[in-house]
This record gives sequence, C-alpha cells and structure tokens, in this order.
Amino acid sequence: MAEGTSPGRLIVTQEARPYLPAYLKLRHDAGRGRWVLLAPERILTPDETAVAVLKLCDGKRSVEEITEALAKDYAAPIEVIRKDVLELLQGLADKGYIKA
Amino acid sequence: MSPTKTNGHFETLVVDDEPTAGVSGASPALCARAPVGLLAELTHRCPLQCSYCSNPLELERVNQELTTAEWVSVMDQAGAMGILQVHLSGGEPTARKDLEDIVSAASKSGLYTNLITAAVTLTRPRLEELVKRGLDHVQISFQDVDAENAERIGAYPGATQKKLDVARLVTELGLPLTINAPIHRQNIHNVPRYIELALKLGAQRLEVAHVQYYGWAYLNRAALIPTYEQTVGSIEFVERERERLKGVLTIDMVVPDYYAKRPKPCMGGWGKGFMNITPAGKVLPCHAAETIKHLSFDNVKDRKLLDIWLNSDAFNAFRGTEWMKEPCRSCAFREIDWGGCRCQAMAITGDARNTDPACALSPYHGEMVVLARAEAAKEPPSFVYRNPRNAPSAAKPEPRPLVPAE
Repeated sequence: MAEGTSPGRLIVTQEARPYLPAYLKLRHDAGRGRWVLLAPERILTPDETAVAVLKLCDGKRSVEEITEALAKDYAAPIEVIRKDVLELLQGLADKGYIKA
Repeated sequence: MSPTKTNGHFETLVVDDEPTAGVSGASPALCARAPVGLLAELTHRCPLQCSYCSNPLELERVNQELTTAEWVSVMDQAGAMGILQVHLSGGEPTARKDLEDIVSAASKSGLYTNLITAAVTLTRPRLEELVKRGLDHVQISFQDVDAENAERIGAYPGATQKKLDVARLVTELGLPLTINAPIHRQNIHNVPRYIELALKLGAQRLEVAHVQYYGWAYLNRAALIPTYEQTVGSIEFVERERERLKGVLTIDMVVPDYYAKRPKPCMGGWGKGFMNITPAGKVLPCHAAETIKHLSFDNVKDRKLLDIWLNSDAFNAFRGTEWMKEPCRSCAFREIDWGGCRCQAMAITGDARNTDPACALSPYHGEMVVLARAEAAKEPPSFVYRNPRNAPSAAKPEPRPLVPAE
C-alpha cells in the first residue's frame, strides 16, 4: 500500500512536535541493564540513540529541534541524524507509539 | 526466539532471556532471567459463561482465593524480580472487591498494569478509581459484534451495551483500549466488522484471537472450530487490513494452529518469559499447564516467586531443549518454536514431551487436521457453557488421545 494512504496515519515531518502518549512508559530496566518502552502488551527495547531521541519527545520540541540537540551530543553529520530521527519516529508512529 | 526488527533502533520483544550482564548497584532480588510478563488470574468467578474459556475445567472457588495481602506481596515480588508487565485477568478480575489495592501494589512496584475484563460489571466510579491507582491499559472482550449472538455466546443478556459504554469510558479517561475478539466458527464471518468496531471505539489495538483449544474450548471444539477455508480467509483479510491501518490500529492475531504447518512458540518457550498465577496462588508456566497431570505446582503462599521461577520442578520440566524427543531434538527450529505447546501435545498425543501435533513433522499432525476438518464440516453441537455447575461433569471423562499415523 502506498505511503500515507492510511486514514489518520501520522506522517512525521521536521516540523512535527512528537510526544509519547501517557500510556507509554519509558523505564530503565535495571535487572537487564537496558531501557524499555512499555506499551499495551508490548515491550520495546530502544537502544542508546533511540532513548536519547525519546527523552526529547516532549510535544514542545520539533523534530528539527530534536535533531539539532542531538547533533551537539553526537559526532555525526546533521543530515544523517535527521534521517535517523525521522525514520525512527515514523516507525514508532506506525505502531501507534508516537503522537504529534 | 527472534525478536522482530522494526527499524534498527527498536526491537519488539515478546520474551526475554538475556543472561545477567554485570548488574551493579541493583537490588539483589533483581533477576535478568526473570519473566517479562505475569498473568494474574485473580478469580475464576465470572458473570459470563463463554464456552471457549481458557480457565481449567475445575474452577477454583472463592474460599480458595488468595487474600489481598497475598496478592499485594505477589505484586511487590514481581516488580522486585524484574517482571515488567502484569495482566490482571480471571475469570472476571473486577469481581475482586480489592482490585484497587492490587492495582496500587502493581503500579508502585513499577509494573505496567493491564486489566483484562468482560466489562459488564465495571462502573464509572470504579474505573476512575483504578486509573487513579495507576492502571495503564484496559482490554475488553466482545463475544461478537452482533449483540444477540454475542449474548448467546457469553450467556449474559444486555452485555453488548454495557461493554460499549465501558469502552467509551476507557478512551474518555485517556487510557489505551484493546478490543479482544475471540474468533470461532460462530462469529468468524464478522472479523471485518470487529475492525470497524475497534476503529469506531477509538481502540489502539485489536486482538483477533482465534480460539485456542484448551480447557473449556477443547471440550467445545466441535462447536467452535472453523473450516480451513474460513480460517485462511480471515487471516488473509486481517493481514491486508493491518497494512491499511498501520499507525491507526494495531491488529494482533492469534491463529488457530490445527491447520498450521509449524507450531506456535507457545508462551515464547516454557519457563522463558511468562508466568501465570491462579486465583488460589498456584504458579504455572502457562494457564493450561495443570492439564499435564504429572506436574506439581508451587504456591506463592509457600515459596517466593523468584525461587519458584528459577528452581521449581514445573518450570524446569520443559525449559530449554534437553527434555525434547525426536523430531524436536534434532530440529533446526527447536529454539524458534520450542517444540510448540506442551499442553496440546498432552491433550492430543497423551505425552507432553511429544512434538506439538500442530507441527507437520509430528506423526499425529495428519490425524489432527482430519479431526479438525471433520468437526468443522458438521453442524455445531450445543455449547457446554463454562460455569461451576457444568464443571464437574465437564472434567470427566478424560478425552482419549489420538492414534498416530503409521
């Protein structure tokens, strides 16, 4: 099916201001030494980069601002970071884990 | 089992079995090998009488149920040992007057709390209080989308309107909602309308749960099992809808494995990611495990949960691959499907160590498919409704195992 044809599907753009819905819980899983994102009958295990992105998803910052913030902390070209952030957030939006 | 990769950053985990990796500063009770999920069957009392109930035929009585303090202790221990999610189920969990206290304990313990309810007796004040206590998610079952048929299946007049009201209340209170659709031959034609219902109610998730034939469903199989053609048709339909609705509605599907070629990795592997506690406190590797008669189960009243998980005979009986016989033992898929379901192997072949007959490599597989097709082709018999009155007669005689192919 072509992109964007789903009714109500969120397309994450640079201007979008993403946030985690209240029912998602980003939590440190001390016993297993990792972060987990707890969702209805799902457990996601974000890696370090994904955790950094998710912590910035507060509904106030735009994707572009999140990208810029990450660019300061990570030694990678901003184009690469932007692409990664958009991909990550779109993937999460398609599972219903990110709103904007 | 192999987690599903999504985009390189995330993995959807169903089970977890990572070894301890230098945990420091953590509570000594934390256990990297702990299950991720706990199914807490708070009671076997239920206002509904669905003939496919996954509860055992021998229902546990009110006077056997754990006390509030015992459930609170279970939740404390569960969080401390590293369990992440608790599913509060039953029977009907809201039949427990102390559900609020159990939810509080689970939430304080850091557990993601999921209420699995029939919803017919759930009121607004009660749900509001549960949300205050930290409830994270509600799952409501609909026996069909047609009210009349739904109320025949669940044997509860007026159920549908009550369920619709509670479903709207859940979303109004800002909680995520899952619609559970138990699918069988008497409602399989309505799978498309279940999807419409889930969308209309603003559910995040729809569970298209083809009935699994254990407990009461095993007893009622001939009244429930759809034809091969109906099964395949509904699976293909859901797969198309899932793609169309991505980002809008998550659709999870549990498929009936009598027509499968490969068995399901039942519970993600025995004693690997999940545990189940009965109303009376027995700790089971899966909700049907008591059908394996030679196993004995520890009780949370006698032993700590972590000790039971790590060391009890029942959990170690089919853990890993050492217990396997052929064809599982030398199979390339042995650590993918873990030999399928022990309870189904027990029910169909009479030996829990056999390959799940859902597997095409099982010598019983052909017989099982013939049986399923034959039952589905006949008119469905009447339901044996799940209730304490039917329980004693339903529990015997023992169904006879199939004879394997030559």
